[in-house]
Amino acid sequence: MDVMPKWAEVILVPLISLLLAAILSALVILAIGEDPVAAVKLMVSGALGSTYGWGYTLYYATNFMFTGLAVAIAFHARLFNIGGEGQATLGGLGVALACLYIPWPHWSLALVGATVMAGLFGAAWAAVPAFLQAKRGSHIVITTIMFNFIAAAVLNYVLVNLMRPAGSMDPATARFPEAAHLPTLHDMLTPLGISFSKAAPANVSLLVAVGACILLWVLIWRTKLGYEIRAYGHSESAAKYAGISPVKITMVAMLISGALAGMMAINNVMGEAERLVLNAVEGAGFIGIAVALMGRSHPLGVFLAAILFGFLYQGGAELALWTSIPRELIVVIQALVILFTGALDNMVRMPLERMFLAARMRRAPKPDRKPTTPAQ
Amino acid sequence: MTASDTLGRQETAAPAIELKGISKAFGPVQANKDISIRVQPGTIHGIIGENGAGKSTLMSILYGFYKADAGEIFIAGRKTDIPDSQAAIAAGIGMVFQHFKLVENFTVLENIILGAEDGGLLKPSLSKARKTLVELEQEYGLNVDPDAVIQDLGVGMQQRVEILKALYRQADILILDEPTGVLTPAEADQLFRILGRLREEGKTIILITHKLREIMETTDTVSVMRRGEMTATVKTAETSPAELAELMVGRKVLLRVDKKPATPGEVVLDIKGLRVIDEQGVERVKGIDLQVRAGEIVGIAGVAGNGQSELLEVLGGYAVGTGDIVVSGQPLDLSGKHSDGQSRRRSGIAHVPEDRQREGLIMDYHAWENTAFGYHRDPAYSKGLLMDNAAIRRDTVGKMERFDVRPPDPNLAAKNFSGGNQQKIVLAREIERNPDLLLVGQPTRGVDIGAIEFIHQQIVALRDQGKAILLVSVELEEILALSDRVAVMFDGHIMGTRLSAETDEKELGLLMAGVGA
Repeated sequence: MDVMPKWAEVILVPLISLLLAAILSALVILAIGEDPVAAVKLMVSGALGSTYGWGYTLYYATNFMFTGLAVAIAFHARLFNIGGEGQATLGGLGVALACLYIPWPHWSLALVGATVMAGLFGAAWAAVPAFLQAKRGSHIVITTIMFNFIAAAVLNYVLVNLMRPAGSMDPATARFPEAAHLPTLHDMLTPLGISFSKAAPANVSLLVAVGACILLWVLIWRTKLGYEIRAYGHSESAAKYAGISPVKITMVAMLISGALAGMMAINNVMGEAERLVLNAVEGAGFIGIAVALMGRSHPLGVFLAAILFGFLYQGGAELALWTSIPRELIVVIQALVILFTGALDNMVRMPLERMFLAARMRRAPKPDRKPTTPAQ
Repeated sequence: MTASDTLGRQETAAPAIELKGISKAFGPVQANKDISIRVQPGTIHGIIGENGAGKSTLMSILYGFYKADAGEIFIAGRKTDIPDSQAAIAAGIGMVFQHFKLVENFTVLENIILGAEDGGLLKPSLSKARKTLVELEQEYGLNVDPDAVIQDLGVGMQQRVEILKALYRQADILILDEPTGVLTPAEADQLFRILGRLREEGKTIILITHKLREIMETTDTVSVMRRGEMTATVKTAETSPAELAELMVGRKVLLRVDKKPATPGEVVLDIKGLRVIDEQGVERVKGIDLQVRAGEIVGIAGVAGNGQSELLEVLGGYAVGTGDIVVSGQPLDLSGKHSDGQSRRRSGIAHVPEDRQREGLIMDYHAWENTAFGYHRDPAYSKGLLMDNAAIRRDTVGKMERFDVRPPDPNLAAKNFSGGNQQKIVLAREIERNPDLLLVGQPTRGVDIGAIEFIHQQIVALRDQGKAILLVSVELEEILALSDRVAVMFDGHIMGTRLSAETDEKELGLLMAGVGA
């Protein structure tokens, strides 16, 4: 019998972790002589107080949804894909190729084409580490992180030597053609009579990310493939007994994971920058790990955690802009949140479990078995 | 402490161990409830009970792994606190675990001093230990070569090393947890002779087991545990196996299996020249021939690790082998594309694996998810790409009712069922597939006596429907009770096949040890 009710597991634990991170962050801000209350107010108003703030928060959140889902699906197969960064980098290359070399008649078709290319490139980049893990037993953590560096080098080479427009000094591709520009939330909401900031980068790929959350939920919890992936993640020996091929599951889970990470590029490359630049991913691949940990690898959890991290990113940027809190401290605060929600999970969980247990023992002095089902 | 009071009748001497009112709860589960025992010095005291009765918890408290919620421990009349195993060793308690805690690539001597080294340098400890060890071996008649490497020794020898380890640490009280689980009958007899010798030398021994025969043959007194409580402590000479079984289960139990003589039909499983090489490159099955006919149960007897598991794994489709296997007239693919578990299921083979927790079930999956495990691609369980969860749940409810799974809750995770009920979930899934051939590995390992009866009846019922059953068990009694024919495996070979009506434990025991053919 599980010790804690589900709501405590899913909501209470992350909330308390978050609170602890906030308290510690407040102490750090206090220690450098700034006002933590004012800082929080500024973060909230900066990230959520205007449609401009929301636009940025949701833009970051879209990135984190893709990379968070990527890590989550791999987690279900007990694979730790920390190569989201590299897979998203390659996804960007796929998007750039799709947008620059195919004359799309309309943005919607361009979006479909770019999504497919981003997914293919990301999946291809994950396929090599996956194959090495499945067939040779090379640890996926080592190989995926190596592939992050290779991806950065590949992008560098491609941008400098192949895709840079003639005469440009900037290691970036040309701007994407007009037909490949995605509508922003401003463009989408104005016809509905809702005014939304024109400057904010949140765009239609947010809807793709939400759709990916829903599809992944169906995949994990409702399909035969999801059943097999989870079974393999729980017990490899049992999976073999049931005739579930470890090689197949490792490959498939990693391909899906890589594709999801790659698909992030439709947001940052196609939706925001509208051209491919160096280091376009900006660490979102790694944030995805924290998002998946905090979201317990559940698509809904990933969705909520991605929005939280979007808020932290945008709020942090506002802090750096308007206060004398240095940029580095923002990173410290974000790190604290990752530390508490991701790594120090058990620190909160264990005492909480003990409290629930104690409470239950007080309520029911006898072992609380159902009276109708005497254990034989 | 003299050797004369071997039967513990000298109540005036302080008991070697006395437990008073020990209680221990794990969350809502009361593992030990107000347990008190006295064990006289120089006796062998048995503790018997079903799995989950609380025997291991009690011994873990005595050895300092758990802290009791309430109660006191007296060692040789002195109240003793045992916060950790160091304290237990200091109090003169030694423990021989079911799974040995030896470093495989160390010598016997190195293992003996591990954790009891004298200083930073190894050499002085080793020479001192060698001297002590030789003395100990002579005193108790435990012959082990101090320089042998553990991995070269048989299990019986390894167990002696564990006993020597405890004696080297000057244990007066020796606890043995299910010591015969991995031994042949002959090795077990040797162990009991050693225990007798230790008793003569004044050592106190606590023997934890679920085998009634061992209790009857070796102990002076016996305590019975049931659901965390000590239900009785009696002198072994004054009780009987039937009485002990009743005390363990709380009702009368059938110790035999009721079955009609078999009426074997066509050959369903035909194995010729099967060889299996494991992942380490060791040949585990060395060319065996075996047939199982419709309507018969063929039991594979043997000490664990003699190739039985690998035989089941090849038949079940998760290990590769060479040779020929024909099932219902169709040859099986032993190493190619169709050698996986899914293909085996399509060939009409169902499999109750040896280790239900590692193989047969996903412990974190709900009962209903486990009901589909291995058959999750069955059209009856799917709607296109999706799984038909409602249909699986309905099926689970029916299976739970027919196989008396308690509690009958399909939404409970497998890990929350008792061992016996977990096994029933697996059995229900495999038997109701109506297979031509059922593979059964260790059907009652870790299963309470009450459920054993039921599981045996189900297996016999399937036989009576004219199905072929291949049974692997390390419990010789179970093999003899269930099988119509018995094949004995030793070191990857089949040493001989006997009709179970025409053989006995002694003959099989010799075959299991590799003697005769």
